[in-house]
Amino acid sequence: MNQLNTYLYIAAILFSIGIFGVMTRRNGIAVLMGVELILNAANINFIAFSKYGGMNFDGHVFALFIIVLAAAEAAVALAIVINIYNNLNTINVDEASAIKQ
Amino acid sequence: MIENIYIQNSLIILFLPLVAFVIQIFIGKRLPRQGDWISISAIVTTLILSLYMFVSMLQGYDSNFTQEWSFKWINMGSFVVELGVLVDNVTIIMLTVVTLVSTCTHIFSTKYLEGDIRYSRYFAYLGLFTFSMNGIVLSNNLMSMYMFWELVGVSSYLLIGHWFEKDSAANASKKAFLTNRVGDIGFFIGIMLIFNAIGSFAFTDIFNGVSAGKIAGTTLTFAGVGLFLGAMGKSSQFPLHIWLPDAMEGPTPVSALMHAATMVAAGVYLTFRIFPLLTPDALLVVAYIGGITAIFAASIAITQNDIKKVLAYSTVSQLGYMILAVGTGVYTAAFFHLLTHAMFKANLFYGSGSVIHAMHHALHEKHDHETDPQDMRNMGGFRKSMPITYWSMLLSTMAIAGVPLFSGFLSKDAVLAGTLSFAQQNPNHFLLPVFGFGAAAITAFYMFRMMFMTFHGKSNMPDLMPDIHESPKEMVGPLFLLGTLSLYIWYTLPYLNPFSTHGWFTDLVVPLDSAVPGNPTAKAIDDGAHHAHHLAMYLSIGVAFAGIGLSILMYLTNVLSAKNWKSRFGVLYDLSLNKYYFDENYNKYLYQPTLNLARKIAWIDWELYDKYFINGFGRVTSWLSKISGKLDFDLIDQILVDGSAKIANLMGLALKKVQSGKIQNYLLYVTASVIILMIVQSF
Repeated sequence: MNQLNTYLYIAAILFSIGIFGVMTRRNGIAVLMGVELILNAANINFIAFSKYGGMNFDGHVFALFIIVLAAAEAAVALAIVINIYNNLNTINVDEASAIKQ
Repeated sequence: MIENIYIQNSLIILFLPLVAFVIQIFIGKRLPRQGDWISISAIVTTLILSLYMFVSMLQGYDSNFTQEWSFKWINMGSFVVELGVLVDNVTIIMLTVVTLVSTCTHIFSTKYLEGDIRYSRYFAYLGLFTFSMNGIVLSNNLMSMYMFWELVGVSSYLLIGHWFEKDSAANASKKAFLTNRVGDIGFFIGIMLIFNAIGSFAFTDIFNGVSAGKIAGTTLTFAGVGLFLGAMGKSSQFPLHIWLPDAMEGPTPVSALMHAATMVAAGVYLTFRIFPLLTPDALLVVAYIGGITAIFAASIAITQNDIKKVLAYSTVSQLGYMILAVGTGVYTAAFFHLLTHAMFKANLFYGSGSVIHAMHHALHEKHDHETDPQDMRNMGGFRKSMPITYWSMLLSTMAIAGVPLFSGFLSKDAVLAGTLSFAQQNPNHFLLPVFGFGAAAITAFYMFRMMFMTFHGKSNMPDLMPDIHESPKEMVGPLFLLGTLSLYIWYTLPYLNPFSTHGWFTDLVVPLDSAVPGNPTAKAIDDGAHHAHHLAMYLSIGVAFAGIGLSILMYLTNVLSAKNWKSRFGVLYDLSLNKYYFDENYNKYLYQPTLNLARKIAWIDWELYDKYFINGFGRVTSWLSKISGKLDFDLIDQILVDGSAKIANLMGLALKKVQSGKIQNYLLYVTASVIILMIVQSF
């Protein structure tokens, strides 16, 4: 039980750092890094529950899906960031407000 | 459906003229000859059917012959009103008279109204009239009789006002209609009194109810007098006689058909039909009204100079005779006089029409539009130029004057015998035969005066004489036919004795006993009349020849000067010439007060009711609507409607700030809400 708690704490810390990063950073890349942290915090939770909580292989399968999803997300997001950089000459997410009134 | 041949025939006779009316009124103008052949063929068909029924009636020779057919008109639970037709000998005779005179009128009119601007409409109205008159004759109940009664009034109104461009014609038609309304109110009250007591409109039910005593005494007297009031209006009895002389403004064939032969006889026919329910008191009223009318109208006719006015007052007087006969109980004599009078009076009107036609033509040739073609003072000496008109009119004049060998003698004699016998049994009422015989003498006098002034002596306008010609054959044909029917022989068959009191008529039309207890039986009346017959006959021949003799002395041989007599009886002459100032007095004491009252009521209506009530109502409404408008605008619009919009606006402004567009902010909200939710959940 204690071991599970340890994993959960670590996951919570990672999640909090990720959220913090997403909320505070203006740099698009940094925001993406925060998102990766959040996804990986979730992964740790899945793995921890599959080992100690009785999710068994379901947890593994979820973790694998999330990794694939994270990779795809990173690819798309980086492409967007590169496009923003190409158009606006910045990767600051606040600057990309052309469709805002 | 309806098996009986008599009922079938009578329904065809009833509705055929209506069909002609509908066709004429809608498409008559576009047909060749303006469609008069439609009306004529319809009316000739009805005449043939009537004659067929007449002949089979004579073959049957059954005085009790009756056929009745009715249908339910209103059927609401226990309230059932049946309308229907009644065919008996009286109906068949009456139908024959109506269709015969109507046929003659149609044929006569084709020439008399040739080139008239409303030629087709005129024939349409004749059809409407014939339909309504046949309806009155055929009704077996008071309700449908009343309906047809009104229809007759309408067609009379339309035909009197045929030349409505003339003010006098328009006024005459109005007067005829309104005067008839006065009588019709009485008629309606009478019907309702009877229906209230008996619960049926059919004559047979009513007579049974009266004999059973369901209605009696004063109520029955009032009902009878009410019904008679309707007859007074239609038959132009004193004091409702004023419309008939004015009705002469209509075309002359119309006067012959409606205002001499048939329509005015409807009143007599009604009193004839309702005779069994008249109480002794009601009969006295009837008798006195009739008697007064007879002598009163005759005394006016003496001094009239308009040929049609003479005939009109003579009609009123003869109708008075018939009513007098009903009142004294010899009501089959009344019907007999109706029949003979229809023939000779229609003929006299055709004759006058023929004369007026000739006068009109002659005046037209002279381009004289001032001279009155109906004034007898402009005539004289037409005998040679218009022989057929003269001779046929002379036959009818003999008949109306009561000369033996002519039809009028027989019927007038029967009436006078009844009156005389009534006075013998009730010596208090000695005035009734005095009225009767007096009127007979005066009638003989003025009818021959008319004949002498028109046809004898020298012409008063000699320059017209070359243009006075006999009328075309369409006009002299009816004259010839009806002139022949003024002879006695047609009415006494199968007997040939010209003084006979019996004939097919008296054999087939037998009086019913009165349903009212206290009235003498039909047999008693008949016996009384029979006893008085000889005296009445001598007296009536005497007065007729006295009248004729006086007329010859005054107007043919000029032994007595009419001028001297006129000045000798100056006051009476003026009274008679001015029709006893009836129109003037009615105007002064009846019309003007009514008009004044109407004006006062109109003043109240305009000045008080409209000004204060209606306008006040408008003002209050407008004031109220102003308040409600203010409420709507200031309260509902400003506060409720605009208020909710403002609130929505404010809330939008407040919430707008949340939508910053910064993704981090949203994420912060999400995270914060999740944390709050978790905290809330953990409690």
